[in-house]
Amino acid sequence: MSRLRSLFRHQLGGRVGLVIVAFAILFSFAGPLIYHTDQVHTAIDQATLAPSAGHPLGTDEVGYDVLGRLMVGGQTSLEVGIAAALIATTFGVLWGAIAGFFGGLLDALMMRVVDSLVAIPALFLLVVLGTIITPSVPVLVLVVGGIAWLVPARLIRAETLSLRTREFVDAVRVMGGSEARIVLRHILPNAVGTVVVNATFQVADAILTVAALSFLGLGVPPPAANWGSMLSSGVDYTFAGYWWLIYPAGIAIVITVVAFNLIGDALRESLDVRLRV
Amino acid sequence: MTLYLVRRIGQSVVVIVFVLVVVFGLTRALPGGPARAILGPRATQVAVANFNHAYGLDQPLPVQFADYVGALGRGDLGFSYKRNQSVSTLIGEYLPVTLVLMLVSTVIAVGVAIPLGMVQAVRRNRVEDHLLTGILFVFYSMPVFWLGLILIVVFAGNLGWLPSGGPQGGIGTYAGQLSSLVLPIATLSLVTIALFSRYLRSAMIEALVQDYVRTARAKGASLNRVMLRHVLPNSLFSTITLLGLSIPYIFSGALIVEALFNYPGMGLLFWNAASSRDYPVVLGVTLVVALATVAGNLAADLVYAVVDPRIRYTAE
Repeated sequence: MSRLRSLFRHQLGGRVGLVIVAFAILFSFAGPLIYHTDQVHTAIDQATLAPSAGHPLGTDEVGYDVLGRLMVGGQTSLEVGIAAALIATTFGVLWGAIAGFFGGLLDALMMRVVDSLVAIPALFLLVVLGTIITPSVPVLVLVVGGIAWLVPARLIRAETLSLRTREFVDAVRVMGGSEARIVLRHILPNAVGTVVVNATFQVADAILTVAALSFLGLGVPPPAANWGSMLSSGVDYTFAGYWWLIYPAGIAIVITVVAFNLIGDALRESLDVRLRV
Repeated sequence: MTLYLVRRIGQSVVVIVFVLVVVFGLTRALPGGPARAILGPRATQVAVANFNHAYGLDQPLPVQFADYVGALGRGDLGFSYKRNQSVSTLIGEYLPVTLVLMLVSTVIAVGVAIPLGMVQAVRRNRVEDHLLTGILFVFYSMPVFWLGLILIVVFAGNLGWLPSGGPQGGIGTYAGQLSSLVLPIATLSLVTIALFSRYLRSAMIEALVQDYVRTARAKGASLNRVMLRHVLPNSLFSTITLLGLSIPYIFSGALIVEALFNYPGMGLLFWNAASSRDYPVVLGVTLVVALATVAGNLAADLVYAVVDPRIRYTAE
């Protein structure tokens, strides 16, 4: 904890990011405990009401309270973002570490797999998958995470390539340490900076990807909501003047994504990690 | 140099084979297989079986894959039964429109992001740097469709200066409807500028502490001269790599922009096809986009190797 504090001591941006993320988590998960709204049953007679004392941010096109929906939607956005980042990071790190450590033909093959998946732009692949499978929250996490692992795989492979020739790796080998032990106990801990920094950016990207998918019509069907789906259905009312359907969700996305990026940048500078191979 | 070129081209060939396998796998992963996707959910078992036999879909997978690759070799990307046109004709029509959008936006983005990166590097951790970083962060963190929509509201709605939709009709008529190109290109440029700037700022800062910069400064060269004659040319190298790596992101951005502005490019073709489950078009576009990305990556690496002697020698 004190190391974490010293990490961010000279990083105003990083601290601001941490505060925003903490607030977003508190707002989304603890908010509904204080502010009770019905986010399951629609109320068409209450649709698109302007903000008032009863509905501080008004109601949406089917009568959900927007402030309450922002909390529920935030839960999904944060959960999907963080879960997808975790999946992407875990899988990508293992893939990259194995490729980089063993090298040779295995490395070449594994990295060509990465190259070919990178070549299919993420949104195109996601839309194709979206026409085949019906999105739900767990599916969204798996699919978004299942595409985002390519970047950490490349980063960790490069890191492993340079780490595996270091003396401490030779030392472990001389002492009879297994290859699995070398990768898991010695190489990965040394690459942890890269992993953490990339994971932070992954959360931000995943939140944006989910928003883009909602816009393309591949979001999670109602009554489930996330900030992206709220924004993309809100923008249909741009010229109707219902600003409360657009700005709360849009601003929530922007400041949360900015916050994760700020944290990532602060960590990158503190841990001295390169962003690209 | 030759060895590097050969190896790099060889890698791309392997990548293309893998891409073909992935897209082929997707065609076979369609619900009910290609037959159902084309004949529809109400086709009889017999009709499906006949279709499968006629198109060789009852053959073993490797044979099917060979057929698939063979057809691609003849330029046959499949047939859109929904639009009654061959996929390659459709792509031939829509691809240039997308390329206009992507190329112009990328050129603008490079033209803006490099000077911005130079300003940020020279004034790093000062007010100008923080201000620019903040603005660029917001653009980077905005859902693309929302950014585009705000531009529509401001410039098409409130100010009424520009049309809210993209150009329509054949690409030959675009010269007459330049104003409808402005907002789509502006949206994609802004997103791309934000994407590039994050890397160019650090690339420029890295360049500023290099020995050749210190030497030039020590010999009395002014900061401006050093920036223009030493830092800028060197940053162009990292820009080439950045461009290569960014192609898939720009394609994804173009997809959103085209869907938002009804801009008649390959992204819109793809999106409409996905909505109507027109699988031959969906998969054909996916394949073409992926091949374009591989080709772009390869081109970037080759150009880099040609212009930067350091790569040429260390890669061997």
